[in-house]
Amino acid sequence: MEKLEWLQTALFFLVLLATVKPLGGFMARLFQGERTLLSPVLGPVERLIYRVCGVSQEDEMDWKRYAWSMILFNVVLFISLFGILMTQHLLPLNPQKVPAFTWQLALNTAISFVTNTNWQAYVGEQAASYFTQMVGLTVHNFVSAATGISVAIAVIRGFARRRTSQIGNFWVDMTRCTLYVLVPISLIAALLLVSQGAIQNFSPYKTVPLVQAITYDTPKKDAQGNSLKDAKGNPVTESVTAKEVTIPMGPVASQEAIKELGTNGGGFFNANSAHPFENPTPFSHLLEILLILLIPGALTHTFGVMVGNSRQGWAILGVMLFLLIGSFAVLQWAETAGNPLVAKLGVSGVNMEGKELRFGLAGTNLFEVATTGTSCGAVAAMHDSLTPIGGMIPLSLILLGEIVFGGVGSGLYTMLAFAIIAVFVSGLMIGRTPEYLGKKIEVREMWMSIVTVLIAGVTVLIVTAVAMITPSAVASMANPGAHGLSEVLYAFASMANNNGSAFAGLNANVNFYNLWGSLAMMLGRYVPAVAMLAMAGSLAEKKYVPPSLGTLPTDKVPFALWLTLVILIVGALTFFPALSLGPIVEHLTMLGGN
Amino acid sequence: MSVHKPEPVSIFDKRIVGPALVSSLKKLNPIELWRNPVMLCVEIASVITLVTFILSLTGTNKEPAWFTGQVSVWLWLTVIFANFSEALAEGRGKARAASLRSSRTSVTAKLLSKPEFNAAFTSVGASQLRKGDLILVGANEIIAGDGDVIAGAALVNEAAVTGESAPVVRESGGDRSAVTGGTTVIANSIIVRITANPGETFLDRMIGLIEGAKRRKTPNEIALEVLLIALTLVFLLVCINISPLSIYSVKAAGQGTPVSLTVLTALFVCLAPTTIAALLPAIGIAGMDRLFQKNVIALSGRAIEAAGDVNVLLLDKTGTITHGNREAVAFVPVSGHTEQDVAEAALMASLADETPEGRSVVALAREKFGLKSATLPADAEVIEFSAETRLSGINAGRDQFRKGAADSTIAFVQKNGCINIPANLSDAVDTIARDGATPLVVCNGCNIIGVINLKDIVKAGIQERFLQLRSMGIKTVMITGDNPLTAAAIAAEAQVDDFLAQAKPEDKLRLIKENQEAGFMVAMTGDGTNDAPALAQADVAVAMNTGTQPAREAANIIDLDSNPTKLLDIVEVGKQILMTRGNLTTFSISNDVAKYFAIIPAMMLSVYPQLGVLNIMHLATPLSAILSAVIFNAIIIPLLVPLALKGTKFRPMPAEKLLIHNLLIYGLGGIVAPFIGIKGIDMVVGMFV
Repeated sequence: MEKLEWLQTALFFLVLLATVKPLGGFMARLFQGERTLLSPVLGPVERLIYRVCGVSQEDEMDWKRYAWSMILFNVVLFISLFGILMTQHLLPLNPQKVPAFTWQLALNTAISFVTNTNWQAYVGEQAASYFTQMVGLTVHNFVSAATGISVAIAVIRGFARRRTSQIGNFWVDMTRCTLYVLVPISLIAALLLVSQGAIQNFSPYKTVPLVQAITYDTPKKDAQGNSLKDAKGNPVTESVTAKEVTIPMGPVASQEAIKELGTNGGGFFNANSAHPFENPTPFSHLLEILLILLIPGALTHTFGVMVGNSRQGWAILGVMLFLLIGSFAVLQWAETAGNPLVAKLGVSGVNMEGKELRFGLAGTNLFEVATTGTSCGAVAAMHDSLTPIGGMIPLSLILLGEIVFGGVGSGLYTMLAFAIIAVFVSGLMIGRTPEYLGKKIEVREMWMSIVTVLIAGVTVLIVTAVAMITPSAVASMANPGAHGLSEVLYAFASMANNNGSAFAGLNANVNFYNLWGSLAMMLGRYVPAVAMLAMAGSLAEKKYVPPSLGTLPTDKVPFALWLTLVILIVGALTFFPALSLGPIVEHLTMLGGN
Repeated sequence: MSVHKPEPVSIFDKRIVGPALVSSLKKLNPIELWRNPVMLCVEIASVITLVTFILSLTGTNKEPAWFTGQVSVWLWLTVIFANFSEALAEGRGKARAASLRSSRTSVTAKLLSKPEFNAAFTSVGASQLRKGDLILVGANEIIAGDGDVIAGAALVNEAAVTGESAPVVRESGGDRSAVTGGTTVIANSIIVRITANPGETFLDRMIGLIEGAKRRKTPNEIALEVLLIALTLVFLLVCINISPLSIYSVKAAGQGTPVSLTVLTALFVCLAPTTIAALLPAIGIAGMDRLFQKNVIALSGRAIEAAGDVNVLLLDKTGTITHGNREAVAFVPVSGHTEQDVAEAALMASLADETPEGRSVVALAREKFGLKSATLPADAEVIEFSAETRLSGINAGRDQFRKGAADSTIAFVQKNGCINIPANLSDAVDTIARDGATPLVVCNGCNIIGVINLKDIVKAGIQERFLQLRSMGIKTVMITGDNPLTAAAIAAEAQVDDFLAQAKPEDKLRLIKENQEAGFMVAMTGDGTNDAPALAQADVAVAMNTGTQPAREAANIIDLDSNPTKLLDIVEVGKQILMTRGNLTTFSISNDVAKYFAIIPAMMLSVYPQLGVLNIMHLATPLSAILSAVIFNAIIIPLLVPLALKGTKFRPMPAEKLLIHNLLIYGLGGIVAPFIGIKGIDMVVGMFV
């Protein structure tokens, strides 16, 4: 790394850490119903919403009611988005006259946005109208993020409360989260993005002549849009000459802000955050990375404050930071080392294929670990073009279960599930019934955390296995061999863990990926959410066990290290074979000179 | 007092190993294995490899028969080793149970129609006795069932239950009324009201517990099993997932063969947490057995594990922290009297006092003050200690020697018409009390002579045990009937964390409830009937075997030696059980790292020769690598049986240190050991292949 890159990276983490305490503390006060800085302004709006919706702030729910409210709300959201996608050709704000989605793609897309995955099997600027982008997708970016945060807050209450079955009111949490956290920060962020040059308009797409006509090769596709391959399995290409170019327009900045803030990641354009209208400058780039990590980072402090020991939150944040920085270091190393095969061709230096020069190597790598460590899934580079080991980093971060900061809310509660498993084993090792934050960990907690931790991995294992023996699924790969396997593994890892980024190179808009992907996204989102709410219900009813010398402190370095080990071991044991047949063999092949 | 402990049985005792081997084959029955789902999966895997072996014999399967055959044999051995460890643990218990059962031979009882010694009786078999029946037991007769003595007193030999040959007194009323079926009356006759139906007696329960017949999985064990089952399921999916991935890779690479069923099955068994799953039942059974070796019977595994979690320990002062009896150590005169005067008066007041304290006063006076010849005057009228006056002594002629607590003695003197209380009395009393000793004031008539200093002797070495407890995070609370001043001094000397003075039964109950409300796990020891409510409330309740029936009923652990410091051993065993489980789980899962490095390159080598780089152990051939991993996975089970039965060593230290210590041994060790083991086995296997 160059000196300035070091400086930029260090500065970035300092700024990130500086936000944790103020925002985390703010959210703790907010969700505990205390007065906040914004109460004088937003309080009346909040109360008006409750009056209109008939919600009572005092009406607390047990875990079952909370979970049902969450699911019911998500079903309604799904139906509304599915409806918009299927009828967008009839709706206003469609200057490009784009047609409706197919039902399979609409199903996949609706589930994708409701589950905070934002897997995009469509091309934003070609398939979605402005109405769809704003009323459909952007709204879902807000509410799916708020859903995740609300569940996390309810889970925290489970730890914090004693001898009660009540874990809060879902509607109140949703309202507060959206009104006090997501909307104000998005507003400021959108304005900052516009100041950098992100666009915000309803204009039709502009067609401009190219300064110089370009001739290029493009993969030949059949009628279904599948890449054609020759007898050897290599893609067939055709030559095309372009004289003019169409520049898509749209209300980009408003969607961009919440896309990062809510760890949604569904880009307005297909190129996502690599597109200059979404992410114009190095400053906007860093701002977007900050937005991605902002809420998941701050929630750890919210957690610490609400359970009455902020060190607990810092310990969790420490584990997340350690994994994030570690991943960044490996990615940086792999991409700096570059590809020896390319070096042989006389092009020495770092691997810049698929990266934007304006973000630089370190900037790009930072974005990629942030977006895959959280369940954001926005991309600022082509993951497909990373070196094999470099590409394994985003993939591994996703496969770990989206806990390296993780999705807004979901990252924290999945991390807490890991913490419970870590506490359980370490508790046994010191000869005590395990306890975490003063709550005894018993059979029910074990079930719920294991289900939470493993559901995504189990889904990935099953679905990739099915994909590998389904000819239509194999046909979607752009590259055969180990790299193709990485592409499929990445796709399902991304969907099952609600990340939504794509390795690219895989044509995902086919029934197989649309439908199996929908299932994976739903399992990966709702099974952990409901399991953790169930655990919150059971934890809230337990009494508090005060710590003694015999209690393992969970707010100190040894436990944090142990937790990190547990996370890595669970991930490695689950995916070592699959990874060894994908990226690892690719890496070895590359080193071998093939 | 000679305590006969159950004979320590070596782990691989011939008498136990033989039957255990037979039993481990019997346990191959899938219905029996149902209780251990992980091992059931291994058994299914063994059947699958058996089929692939037969197929390779017939030539349908292209894999060499020596390979599939060996894999199958070692997978079967994995299951058999697991069964063997459980059978071995059970066998040790069974051997002890058998010796207990021999004392339960057919006994006839004299069934009385009414609770009188000379009432008519009928002879019935012990199995016909029901709760509430009255039986008469004479000298040299075996008591036919558990019960309470309702009339008479007798010397009973309880060696059958406690292993202790010294007989004990059992009498009606009071705290020593409980008798146990199977014990023998040595002298006198008693009438016993039966309190347990046949099959439910103390002895029956003990036999059941020791045999492991009634062993239920503890909540902790179930939670661990959830983790193990989930891991097994994940590894099953990992192995299933490899199959299509390898089929695809073969197509993509254009070389090699997909991974075979035998190899996948072998990989699955190696990855599944078989080591801990195999040893899990043995750990629990062995824990109870270790307690039994210490003459402690836990009525449930749950109680032992709860003992490991105890935060607060309530200990009776008398007998636990201090030697049961206080001893006179000094005589302190008050105004106008000499030490000699006090000695003489104290001696007179104590001559008829047969309590240990009284005798210690006599001994001190005789030895230190030359009063060897003093005897009880012929005309002495003995005044027994009574609850009203709270004084004892003698009246001899005009003399009225009394000794008692300061306030009682002062009251006595004042009743005799003296209002003149020596000025330095209260000083002397306070000085003694502040030291944790008991001041007994001695008077003659209306004349206060001095104070006896009765000292509670704190047991040697008790401070170290409390220090150990403290370092484990356990708070000790001393419970005593003494006044707060005395209690404080003894508490300070014994170094307990807290004390409850002038404790009444309801105080004990309240103290337990308060601690539980605050989230603590409370353990207490007790023996009297008035302890029963507190025992029932405590999370871990240890009753002395000499205790009353209600106390024993309320407790969940019985100490046959009636030695209250046993609680420390119980805590230790409870922690050991959990630690052994945790450590072996970590060890088992850590092993998977090496197994991956052995098997993954081996099974994919034909497709991607590049993966040979991952063969960091340089195992000879792919087949020998897989076989070595399977063999290691099997033989690690019997190698760890001694550890599972003995439990991992417990060292009292703060939680964090202990975790790091165990992680280094079992976590790091668990990663390193199989690398060495598999490499070693591969070298041996390589000689034959």
